[in-house]
Amino acid sequence: MTMSVVSPSQDHKGFMAGHGLAKTFGGVEVLKDISLDIRSGEVHAIIGENGAGKSTLLKILAGHLAPTRGSLTIDGETVALSGPVDAEHRGIVLVHQEILLAPDLTVAQNIYLGREIKKGLSVDDKAMNAGAAKAVRNLGANIDPKTVVGRLSIAQRQLVQIARALLVPHRLVIFDEPTASLTPIETDALLKVISDISKSGAAVLYISHRLPEVKTLADRVTVLRDGKLVTTREAAGLEPLDMAQLMVGRDVSKLYPDHVAPEGEDYVLEVENMDVPGYARNASFKLRRGEILGFAGLVGAGRTELMEGIVGLRPAKGKIRLNRRPVSFANAGQSMKAGIVYLSEDRKGKGLLLQEALGVNLTLAGLKKFVRGIMLDRKAERAALDQAIAEFDIRTRNKDLLAGQLSGGNQQKLLIAKMMLLKPNIVIIDEPTRGIDIGTKEQIYMFIADLARQGKSVIVVSSEMPELIGVSDRIIVMREGVIADEVSGKHMNEREIVVLATGVKPSEAA
Amino acid sequence: MTDTTTTTPQRRNLWRDVDLRAVAPFIALALLLVLGSFAHDNFLTANNLLNVMTRSAYIAIIAIGATFVITAGGLDLSVGAMTAFIASLAIMFMNSDGIANPLTMVLAATALMLAIGMACGLTNGLVITLGKIEPFIATLGMMGIYRGLTTWLSQGGAITLRNPDVQAIYRPVYFGNLFGIPYPVLAIFVTAAIAAFILYRTSFGRHVIAVGSNEDVARYSGISVARVRTMTYLIQGLCVAGACLIYIPRLSSTTATTGTMWELNAITAVVVGGTALRGGVGRVWGTVAGAFILEIIGNIMLLTTYVSEYLLGAIQGAIVIVAMLVQRSLTRKS
Repeated sequence: MTMSVVSPSQDHKGFMAGHGLAKTFGGVEVLKDISLDIRSGEVHAIIGENGAGKSTLLKILAGHLAPTRGSLTIDGETVALSGPVDAEHRGIVLVHQEILLAPDLTVAQNIYLGREIKKGLSVDDKAMNAGAAKAVRNLGANIDPKTVVGRLSIAQRQLVQIARALLVPHRLVIFDEPTASLTPIETDALLKVISDISKSGAAVLYISHRLPEVKTLADRVTVLRDGKLVTTREAAGLEPLDMAQLMVGRDVSKLYPDHVAPEGEDYVLEVENMDVPGYARNASFKLRRGEILGFAGLVGAGRTELMEGIVGLRPAKGKIRLNRRPVSFANAGQSMKAGIVYLSEDRKGKGLLLQEALGVNLTLAGLKKFVRGIMLDRKAERAALDQAIAEFDIRTRNKDLLAGQLSGGNQQKLLIAKMMLLKPNIVIIDEPTRGIDIGTKEQIYMFIADLARQGKSVIVVSSEMPELIGVSDRIIVMREGVIADEVSGKHMNEREIVVLATGVKPSEAA
Repeated sequence: MTDTTTTTPQRRNLWRDVDLRAVAPFIALALLLVLGSFAHDNFLTANNLLNVMTRSAYIAIIAIGATFVITAGGLDLSVGAMTAFIASLAIMFMNSDGIANPLTMVLAATALMLAIGMACGLTNGLVITLGKIEPFIATLGMMGIYRGLTTWLSQGGAITLRNPDVQAIYRPVYFGNLFGIPYPVLAIFVTAAIAAFILYRTSFGRHVIAVGSNEDVARYSGISVARVRTMTYLIQGLCVAGACLIYIPRLSSTTATTGTMWELNAITAVVVGGTALRGGVGRVWGTVAGAFILEIIGNIMLLTTYVSEYLLGAIQGAIVIVAMLVQRSLTRKS
């Protein structure tokens, strides 16, 4: 990463400030007495664990929520934002974490959606395409404005979303975890965009779980914990580890548990010449008993699709041997029966029924275990939920909550508990800690290491390099649908992996 | 909201709303009963109410099947035409004089209806799942096929049950009663009880809800989405056959227009009963209440002179829209 923000923050003029902001939801105070100022031209990072109140604070600043107590000032004058539109008129724009674009419309149509340029009665496509091309180019990207958004990568979509947000005159741009689903290279490009926005004089408020990124990018850092403001400091004097400790309130220097990599020929899973049409070609690898095998690669390298092909969630061709016996799976039900489970990266879309209760979610995959005669044994289901809550430390105030009401970290724990009910021998876990706070991350790493110690085998697919290096015994790197190489031991470092993932030679990458 | 701390109030509201949405159809039913009692003296008599429930029987039973289809995220527009098709075949079978004993004949016809119902439902399900065709289009096509076959069987006219012995045996299925409760009314409650058991207490029912709630999550949980979908259409077919069983003795005849618009009445009953049209939420008893509501409104309009009974369709259409608005407003509070 080569970012640097030179201008010292003392030069920045105050743009917006919050004074004693508090927010109460039905008697529970989720934000307590927060005062902070946001200066023009600075990148101001807000960090904190899930549940610390970051999203609530951000929604108040962007006019989506009104504070229960406290006030906001813009340019020194007290304002009451009536809603996001009002905030936008005052130059405050929010870039959402989720991609909110119409996949069947083109880049230009999306960027101008709801504010189309008109020529008489018809829309002026020519002007909009030109405007969109310029807006995208300003972000350092090269995307044809006539491309349908559905064909773009996640990173490109995110740029389009940012271009759309920046189209209105802006003085404060708020980013909510913009890099959560991006690879390192895409992340670097986005961080440059963010830094350019601040250099142009606007303030940037930036939420992220990736602390090294915060370190490179931010001028000042505000730490929230349990709805309270812990501190606001200059980023210059803060190391990522300091930030983590401020967030969690305790020592977190040992994030990754120790695990001794197994050696020898005790392979539980052997994949040979696996083809997943359109995504992965000719993939071969072996997984040992008790091993934690990492899969690295850029988004779109075909890691997720390869895994889905292996467990029968996608059409795929190739040889799979499980405990030396050839197997093939036509659907996830079959691979589960054989003892392989796959935990999707898309927790909300493919992992959990957000509108259903925790118990329903927990038992969905292993429902057979809860059938007595022809009836579901609801008592056993409730007992299983109690056990899962204790075993996996799922933090919920009430067992009657819906899965969608849990925080991201607790959803992930619920998903893990759900799949563990199947008592698998091989666990494939895709982006295990995406959008999860550091405390929960630590628990999940512990859990993965424990699984391996029990003699189970784990495949971890992740775009977070430090995590992959921290937990894996060995890492396979994929590039454009093929396995580029495998690294282990001292070769498991970010530099070598990035080189393999991108295909850029070391001399060029340096 | 990403934190657990903020969810407590949401949960409280949501639970209140879930309950409200579940009981709303029954409140509406009770209000209608009160309204009806003011409208006409004869309305709130056991005789009239049992009559109304009897008349609602086939829509109610079809709608119970539709509750499964809709809960799993599907739709079946073919049920009205399917009723006509199954009933026509059954009457033709009973007219064939193949079996001398009239009781055996009726039992054989019953078995035949259930078998055809399952076959029709299975066909619908497979066209949708194997053919990967949108349920709306697939069942629209099947509706045309069933309706066309019925018209062809009847050669554009009527198919009438001719054998008087069979008629005499079969007649009580619609007109008879057990301890004063008409058989069709019993049939509604028995069907609903079985359906509620399947939907709420078996793993299949849980799978139906999961598939309707989020197909991907179901698939990633190892559930065969296509099998579950197909089964819901098969259940729908069985329910249509059950409705035929009750329908035939009433008029002893079918025509090319038998069952016209029943698919919309069934969907109306399901939606009014609180089942979400997008899937994932199924309310069997609500559907029964919905079917009663539709029939009671017709009954009140018939008994009174305030509104022309020719406006029945318009009123029913308005009810669907109002029911959706009520559901929506109850959701929004959460």
